[in-house]
Amino acid sequence: MEHTQSFWQFVDQQSGKLWSQTWAHIGLTMISLIIAILIAVPVGIFIARKEKFAGAILGFAGVLQTIPSIALLGVMIPFLGIGPKPAILALFLYALLPVIRNTYTGIKEVNPAVIDAARGMGMSKWQILSKVELPLAFPVLMAGIRTATVINVGVATLAAYIAAGGLGEFIFGGIALNNSNMILAGAIPAALLAIVLDFLLSLVQKVNLKSIRLTYLLLPFIFILMSSFYLLPTQIGGRMLGGFTPEFMGREDGYLGLKKIYHLGIETVVISDAVMYKSAFEHKLDVISGYSTDGRLKAFDLITLKDDKHIFPPYYAAPVVREDVLKRYPELEGILNQLSGLINDSTMTALNYKVDHLKQTPEKVALDFTVAHHLFKPARGTTKGTIRIGSKIFGEQYILAQIYKILIRGNSDLQVETKTGLGGTKICFDALTNNQIDFYPEYTGTGFLVLLKPDEKTMTRLNGDTDGVYKYVDQEFKRQYKIKWLKPIGFNNTYALMMRREQAQSLHIESITDLTKHLNQN
Amino acid sequence: MIKAENLVKKFGTSVAVNGISFEVKEGENLVLLGTSGCGKTTTLRMLNRLIEPDEGSVYIHGKNITASNPEELRRGIGYVLQNHGLFPHYTVAENIAIVPGLLKWEKAAVKKRSDELFHKLNLDASLADQYPSALSGGQQQRVGLARSLMVDPPILLMDEPFGALDNVTRAGIRKEFRQLDELVKKTIIMVTHDVQEAFEMGDRICLMDQGVIQQIGTPAALLFKPVNSFVAGFFEEQRLQLEFKSVLLADLLPGYETDKTTTVWDKMNELLLVSQDDSQEVNPANETIGIKELMNAFSFYKNK
Repeated sequence: MEHTQSFWQFVDQQSGKLWSQTWAHIGLTMISLIIAILIAVPVGIFIARKEKFAGAILGFAGVLQTIPSIALLGVMIPFLGIGPKPAILALFLYALLPVIRNTYTGIKEVNPAVIDAARGMGMSKWQILSKVELPLAFPVLMAGIRTATVINVGVATLAAYIAAGGLGEFIFGGIALNNSNMILAGAIPAALLAIVLDFLLSLVQKVNLKSIRLTYLLLPFIFILMSSFYLLPTQIGGRMLGGFTPEFMGREDGYLGLKKIYHLGIETVVISDAVMYKSAFEHKLDVISGYSTDGRLKAFDLITLKDDKHIFPPYYAAPVVREDVLKRYPELEGILNQLSGLINDSTMTALNYKVDHLKQTPEKVALDFTVAHHLFKPARGTTKGTIRIGSKIFGEQYILAQIYKILIRGNSDLQVETKTGLGGTKICFDALTNNQIDFYPEYTGTGFLVLLKPDEKTMTRLNGDTDGVYKYVDQEFKRQYKIKWLKPIGFNNTYALMMRREQAQSLHIESITDLTKHLNQN
Repeated sequence: MIKAENLVKKFGTSVAVNGISFEVKEGENLVLLGTSGCGKTTTLRMLNRLIEPDEGSVYIHGKNITASNPEELRRGIGYVLQNHGLFPHYTVAENIAIVPGLLKWEKAAVKKRSDELFHKLNLDASLADQYPSALSGGQQQRVGLARSLMVDPPILLMDEPFGALDNVTRAGIRKEFRQLDELVKKTIIMVTHDVQEAFEMGDRICLMDQGVIQQIGTPAALLFKPVNSFVAGFFEEQRLQLEFKSVLLADLLPGYETDKTTTVWDKMNELLLVSQDDSQEVNPANETIGIKELMNAFSFYKNK
């Protein structure tokens, strides 16, 4: 990977992808918005007429608005699977409130004397609606549509988490890969899109309507709706479908390596780690990019495919600590190293299983583990200083953070603060270098490929060399960032391709080479 | 022409109109007078089915109004509101053309008729392309009236038509409306709470209180022959002025040559205006009475 690639070089290189993501983004936003308008405007009119329903309907739409977007997307997977469908439904639900509320408010604000005059002159209900109420409510209604548009452009970035495409692919891929150019290549067009759409709608808002002729108004909407479907990524034609995280898609030791070394030709969609395993279990996806110690492997009966050409480097976990912290609290190193060698792959998978599948809290799992291994000591309750532990946003990291918390409080006079759920490698690492946290568990492979980005020569030299990679990252982190890698904990949470056990067995696929062969035959 | 029979309207538990009956002859002006909440507006709105009565019926030309559909009924009845109800997103010309539009008039006919009304109502032609918000209160009220007169409906319902205007504008526009030939031949039912207005505009007055008619009759009948203490008390404060307004000059001075509709109040205004001006030219040489003679004749008439 090049260190000096500029933003424009990136955009130039990825322009094809950028365009397709932008179009998909526009498509998602527009389709959901238009469906929302088609439903919300009549609902708004209805509650303006039947006041007693107004509270309930506005309340319901308001509740929908407060559901966190990623949760809403997750909830829909079992019903709608992955891809544009659940994304459009979620965006549609978010757009409802502003449009319903503004339609309602707009109509309510029409001077009653004007309505009275219209009735008194002999206008029918429909004429009053189309010639008086809607034209007068139009600016307020449009303001609602503008709000919904801006919200939808923003929320549509999250569609990348459920394989619906859009600019979120670059944004989340960039965050995961520590690639600022990639983040900007997604974020800038998304922001521009919001501004441009809002501006265009503001022009529409200023139109002075004498009457709203439904057919004229519907035509452009239907046109946009129809054309929008062409913008969405077309997908899935009977063959196997791979679902990979944004991070995996952009990594040399991920999808890029699979293409280069294995010549794997599989249809892919980008999807969030949070819903990927479940989607595989539910036959929405056939091959996914998982982590070898993930508890969901056990929960969803998935197996990992053998990496017979060694493209996934070792990912041994170890705490990374800033050297100034170790200097201030020298006892810390020994305490953290107590865990070294105690957790192998199957132990970690079992711990993860308890959290991911049995829904035990990371605190309880950590406590049980330390008690079982005679590491638990009651907290001393003294305050010599505070250690801030960070963790990335998945179960394994939460568990490790909790175990370290118990160890530090039982064996030192230090207090502990945990900052768990940091969104990705880049966020965690930046927090560490910027003195927001003092240490977090990192993986040798991530440190090597994502944070250090070594040249081709070093990569070839260290390919498959577990100890070599560890020594290299420790040495380079000290030199570049004054950060120390403590002893590896023991397990290797490497990337792996996974499939459903029954499917892999029936197709006789055990390794990635088998998978490539199978795909080439069909 | 219009006949209301035993109209009753309840809103929830309160009875807004309780058994109202009256008849209005063709070309007559009936004023529904009363304080706020007496049921006069509800009564008016039942005449064009903006409100449907709980009991009773309304007949226009002997036909029950529930027999035709309400929209068609309303298109044939002019309706003028207190706050004029002009469409803010329509220009003056477009506002005026609403009812003709509903009745699918030709464009040329609409133009011809609106030019005519603009002229009659003293509206400047340049106002046609203005939006209502650019007009003065008096202009808005004229446009509101013009709109209701466009298709020349035989019946006109007016709900506090001058209510939004200041007193000076109001008196002026009232006088002007009274003299408008378009209105002379129309059957008008007007709602007001202003006693002076009722006496100036009404051929007959229907005084209402608490949803019931207290008395219905000519202004003079209400003033000089009140049927109960409510009616007598209602006019007490402005009695003298109302008396001047309700007595016709022709009744007072049988031999005096005058217009049939001129009231004592009109003549007084005329004479006072003359006496303020010393110029002989304004004072017609053939004027035979002064303010003093008029007052004498009035007290003689009252004590008769």
